[in-house]
Amino acid sequence: MATRRIEVMLCTGTGCVAGGAFRIKKALEDEMARHGLSHEVSLVPTGCNGFCGQGPLLVVLPEQVFYGWLKTEDIPFLVQEHFLKGRPVKKLMFTPPEKKEPIPLLGDIPFFKKQMLLVLRNKGLIDPEKIDDYLARDGYTALEKVLTSLSPEEVTEEITRSGLRGRGGAGFPTGVKWKVCRKEPKTPKYVICNCDEGDPGAYMDRSVFESDPHSLIEGQTIAAYALGASHGYIYVRSEYPLAIKRMQIALDQALEHGLLGEDILGTGFSFDLEIREGSGAFVCGEETSLIHSIEGESPEPRQRPPFPAQVGLWGCPTVINNVETLATVPIIINRGAAWYSSIGTATSKGTKIFSLVGKINNTGLIEVPMGITLREVINEIGGGIPDHKQFKAVQTGGPSGGCIPSSLIDLPIDYEHLKEAGAMMGSGGMIVMDEDTCMVDVAKFFIQFTNDESCGKCTVCRDGSDALLEVLTRISKGEGREGDLEFLEELGSAIKDASMCGLGQTLPNPVLSTLRYFREEFEAHIKEKRCPAKVCKNLIAYWIDPQLCQACLICQRECPAESIYGEKHTVHVIDQAKCTKCGTCLDVCPPRFCGVKKLSGVPVPAVERGIKVERKKKTGKPEHQPVQA
Amino acid sequence: MPKLTLDELRRKRAEAQKGIYLREGAFRGKVIVHMGTCGIAAGARAIVAAFLEELEKSGREDIIVTTTGCAGLCSKEPMATVEMLNSPPVKYGELTPEKARTIFKEHIVGGTAAVEYALGIGSERGA
Repeated sequence: MATRRIEVMLCTGTGCVAGGAFRIKKALEDEMARHGLSHEVSLVPTGCNGFCGQGPLLVVLPEQVFYGWLKTEDIPFLVQEHFLKGRPVKKLMFTPPEKKEPIPLLGDIPFFKKQMLLVLRNKGLIDPEKIDDYLARDGYTALEKVLTSLSPEEVTEEITRSGLRGRGGAGFPTGVKWKVCRKEPKTPKYVICNCDEGDPGAYMDRSVFESDPHSLIEGQTIAAYALGASHGYIYVRSEYPLAIKRMQIALDQALEHGLLGEDILGTGFSFDLEIREGSGAFVCGEETSLIHSIEGESPEPRQRPPFPAQVGLWGCPTVINNVETLATVPIIINRGAAWYSSIGTATSKGTKIFSLVGKINNTGLIEVPMGITLREVINEIGGGIPDHKQFKAVQTGGPSGGCIPSSLIDLPIDYEHLKEAGAMMGSGGMIVMDEDTCMVDVAKFFIQFTNDESCGKCTVCRDGSDALLEVLTRISKGEGREGDLEFLEELGSAIKDASMCGLGQTLPNPVLSTLRYFREEFEAHIKEKRCPAKVCKNLIAYWIDPQLCQACLICQRECPAESIYGEKHTVHVIDQAKCTKCGTCLDVCPPRFCGVKKLSGVPVPAVERGIKVERKKKTGKPEHQPVQA
Repeated sequence: MPKLTLDELRRKRAEAQKGIYLREGAFRGKVIVHMGTCGIAAGARAIVAAFLEELEKSGREDIIVTTTGCAGLCSKEPMATVEMLNSPPVKYGELTPEKARTIFKEHIVGGTAAVEYALGIGSERGA
């Protein structure tokens, strides 16, 4: 490759692709060709950069200038000014909310500053479809080291000493799992990568596949060597087409280069790896269901023990590890267990990837050392809550996790602290909620999800989630009864106790944790028929304040239910019987009037039709005011 | 017979590393070509190409070629500034591709400024 003066790292993760990254790529290529820059500037499509809220985005190297929210029409200017003339373009740089000056360099943006990249060490720096890029960033050096100088026992020992725990959620020590499997006399053995990422709002595993697929292959091959497995599977949901495509390309390249297959690097070790696509049932993330799915059976979990490490795929000892766990393995091998275990807390070592979503300024994917506080993640990396709203809670661990309230914002993030707080690490989804979020609604949403996804094998999970959902729905409709909350708690703990697999055992968590921290909100729904966050439709009403309405007719025109009576110069009135509570009137009412109000728990004041509007006085000097001497 | 031996893998990796050195971010020197409208009109594009070609020939991985706007001395365009670690920047003017090649060899590879083409040493002072 010829020497270039600029490398343009264009994010082509799924988020940016949905935002038009491939159109941006085409525009960049055309524009660079038009200026004859193709020999001086190279365009590298990378995996997810992480700052998804700014997508489509790119980073210009070597200076590391970060550009976000790109549109195809910006590209000609960008290419001419920066790539040709060397003048970075301010208006396309990242400007934090409420700040005037943009931050030009990636390394200075708070979102990136606090992160620590181990698993995502190559994100945004390599083209995931080129094995050479991975090799250049010390790719496959760990495999080389393992195959040439370490015994399988030594590898397992190293992983055990590093303190690495499963990143799929439960946090079982990886080295111990490998050891158990290795000791089993039965052969063949299998190693499976679990990329059945089903939590709403979580996309860490997809991102690793899309940005650095070879790191997973390398990690899984090392695991296979440690276990004595000769065959492995990558189980990935078919909803991830781009991730599957890139992983398949990487597998083909590894096979072609002899980094997979027979006699790897002439060391006599052989390992085959193939992709199995799942159809996206949430329960397939549970390891015994996943095994059944690969076997071609219906994906229902089975009783454990025996654990898959003893009796797994086709009855053979099988290790199932999460994507992030396996992608961490090469870096532990390269830099040593002692170094790795120096990062993090006493019981939780290393780093963890989170997808930071919801009511947060900087949406994206972050990798942080264990033990970092929620405050640092939300306020510093996440840049706080939009529109000056109050931070209310954060949901970690998806449908199996729980809500952590704002009072625990200084909680250090590790397996133990999250569990104590009634949540869990889970795979790493982190949904931030602000004051406008109703906790009953949140609990209902997650139970709706798990109720849909329950495989139906255990009665408590199948019918118990039905019952939870029914009660929560009643509460949200204002039909809650005395004793409902006690019932939710009792049923919740029964489901936990009596379910066979992780899905059922953790399904009540969102209900129990919201009840633990936001009980008064549930009580307001039941006793006062009031939704404090003004979300539950049956408990709220939209009302136009006759003192504020300026009869501009906008809400009357926009109301899809035609429920607003209004004329020029006459206060508009919402017909409560016809109103569908879609909230359009509130959205369209001009901010200078703020005439539409949301009410909950109070009777809607009656407003007569035909009241003439009192014009609000304009602020500032009226036009014809006589000048006072 | 394995498809790839250890030595072959290592060679391949070393080869690949040459392709991505801009991403590693540790440089000893920088060639900055001034690419305002004046610079481009005077032929700065050819100067960039010449520097890049020399850089590739030299195999150096600690030097980058980059561009910036007008330096303010439009009559002396095309211009370039060479910044080497721990020494003051040198501005060169009225460049041709041949002069650029000489500067690359003498200043960047050789370590001594090509004074015959230099306009000045050090930066302009701020107010």
